[in-house]
Amino acid sequence: MAGRRVVVTGLGLVAPVGLDVKSGWDNILAGKSGIKPITHFDIEPFSTRFGGPIYGFDPTPYVSEKEAKKMDKFIHYGLAAGCQAIEDSGLVVDESNCRRIGVAIGSGIGGISGIESNYESYRQKGPRRISPFFVPANIINMVAGNLSIKFGLKGPNYSIVSACSTGAHNIGEAAIMIRHGYVDVMIAGGAEMATSPVGLGGFAAARALSTRNDDPEGASRPFDKDRDGFVLSDGAGVVVLEEYERAKARGATIYAELVGVGMNSDAYHMTAPSEDGEGAANCMLQALNDAGVNFEQVSYVNAHGTSTPAGDVAETRAVKRAFGDHAYKLAVSSTKSMTGHMLGAAGGAEAIFTILAIRDQTAPPTINYQTPDPDCDLDCVPNTAREMAIDVAISNSFGFGGTNGTLVFRKA
Amino acid sequence: MSSVVDRVRKIVVEQLGVKEEEVTPEASFVDDLGADSLDTVELVMALEEEFETEIPDEDAEKITTVQQAIDYINAHQG
Repeated sequence: MAGRRVVVTGLGLVAPVGLDVKSGWDNILAGKSGIKPITHFDIEPFSTRFGGPIYGFDPTPYVSEKEAKKMDKFIHYGLAAGCQAIEDSGLVVDESNCRRIGVAIGSGIGGISGIESNYESYRQKGPRRISPFFVPANIINMVAGNLSIKFGLKGPNYSIVSACSTGAHNIGEAAIMIRHGYVDVMIAGGAEMATSPVGLGGFAAARALSTRNDDPEGASRPFDKDRDGFVLSDGAGVVVLEEYERAKARGATIYAELVGVGMNSDAYHMTAPSEDGEGAANCMLQALNDAGVNFEQVSYVNAHGTSTPAGDVAETRAVKRAFGDHAYKLAVSSTKSMTGHMLGAAGGAEAIFTILAIRDQTAPPTINYQTPDPDCDLDCVPNTAREMAIDVAISNSFGFGGTNGTLVFRKA
Repeated sequence: MSSVVDRVRKIVVEQLGVKEEEVTPEASFVDDLGADSLDTVELVMALEEEFETEIPDEDAEKITTVQQAIDYINAHQG
C-alpha cells in the first residue's frame, strides 16, 4: 500500500446476533444464531417465513423520537452503529478538524419499507397523503447525511451502492481517501433493512432464500451440503478509519491496520457468480497485491459464504484459485451462518468480525456444518470458534451485478 | 368526543414532539415549537386526516400558530 497508513480505531454494530459490538461478537464466538421467525408483518403467505430482523432495538439513545419518525429503519441502524463507532474511537470533532472527517455509509436497497408504505398511502388516499419526509426518510445516502449533521462532520459525505459488496466498498474507498490524503478520518460501513414484504418477497421470488421454515436457526449453513439458500437479515456495521500517525498521536486504541483493498467485477451475470471463481479470485489477489503481503501471510478468510448452492462453490474455487495450495491451510469461515445475510450491511459487520478475529487471535466458526460438500472442501472452522495465530486476515463480499470487494486487515 | 382545541393540541404534540404545556394558543409552529417547513406540511396533513377535511396549500401557508389552526378547523368544519 503506497501512501499513508490507515488503521481502525472504532467499531459499531447492530445485527441479528446483537445490538452492539460486544454482545454481537460474544454470540458469534459462542456460535449462537440470530435467525428467528419474522413477526413484523403477515408472513403466512411467504415461502420463507424467517430471517434476521432486528427486534428489541430502540433508536432513541441515538436519535430523538421526533427525528426517528422521519427515518426508515435502515437509517436508525446505521446511525446507531455510527454513533457506537465514534464513541468507541474516542474521536473528538471540533472546528479545527471537522473538515478532515468524512462519512461513507451505504445500503444495498435503502428505505424499501418507506417506499412500500408511502405507495400504499398514495393508492389508498391519493398523492396528498405522501409524506413530505418520504424522500429524505428513505434515500440511501441519509445514514451518512444524518451522521454528519449529528456530529458536525464536514468532510466528504457519500454512499457507495454495490448490493452485497456495499459495506466492503464503502470501507475500502474510505481507506483509499485517507491513504491519499483527502481526509484524516472516515466513518464507513453499511446499513440495511430489507425484511419488508416486497424485499423478502423479491428475494424469495428469485429463489435465493432458504425455505427451511421448520428450523430457522439451522437455515444458514454455508459450505454444508444441505444448504438451500441465504437468510435475509437486517442491521448495520460501521468502523472508524483513521490515519495511523493521527491515531497514534492521540493514543487511540488501534484494532487493526487496513492494509489492502480489492474491487472488481465478474462481468458475467446479473445474479450468479462466475462459476470458476475468476472474478472473486482476482479481487482477492488485487487486494493482497495492494496490501503488499504474500498469500502465505494470510491465515483467516471471513468468507462471503451466503449459504447459496452456487455461491459457496464459486467462492471455494476462487479461494483456491487465488491462494493455490495455501488455500487448504486457511481458516475460511462464514459468520453469515449466525447473522444471515445483511446485504449492504454485511461487509461492514464482517469487517468488524475480521478485525476482532485478529484482535482476539480467534477465528469465528461456521455453524450448522454437518454434512461435508466435496465442492466446498476448505477448512470452514466448523461449529466451534478456534484460537489460532492470525497476522493477516481478509474479508470477502460479492454482490448482484457481479461486483466484488475484498478488504485486507493486519494485526496492529 | 373531545373538543377541536384538544384534538389540535394533541396532534401538535405528536407531530412536533413537544410538551403539551408548550402548545399555547399563540405558539408559532416554526418560531416556538421548532418545526421546519416539512414539519408544517406534515402537521397540516395530520390535521386533514383528523378532521377529514382538505386544506388547500394557499390556506395552509396562513396557518402558522396553534390558534390559527383551531380557527381554521372551526370555520371549515361541516
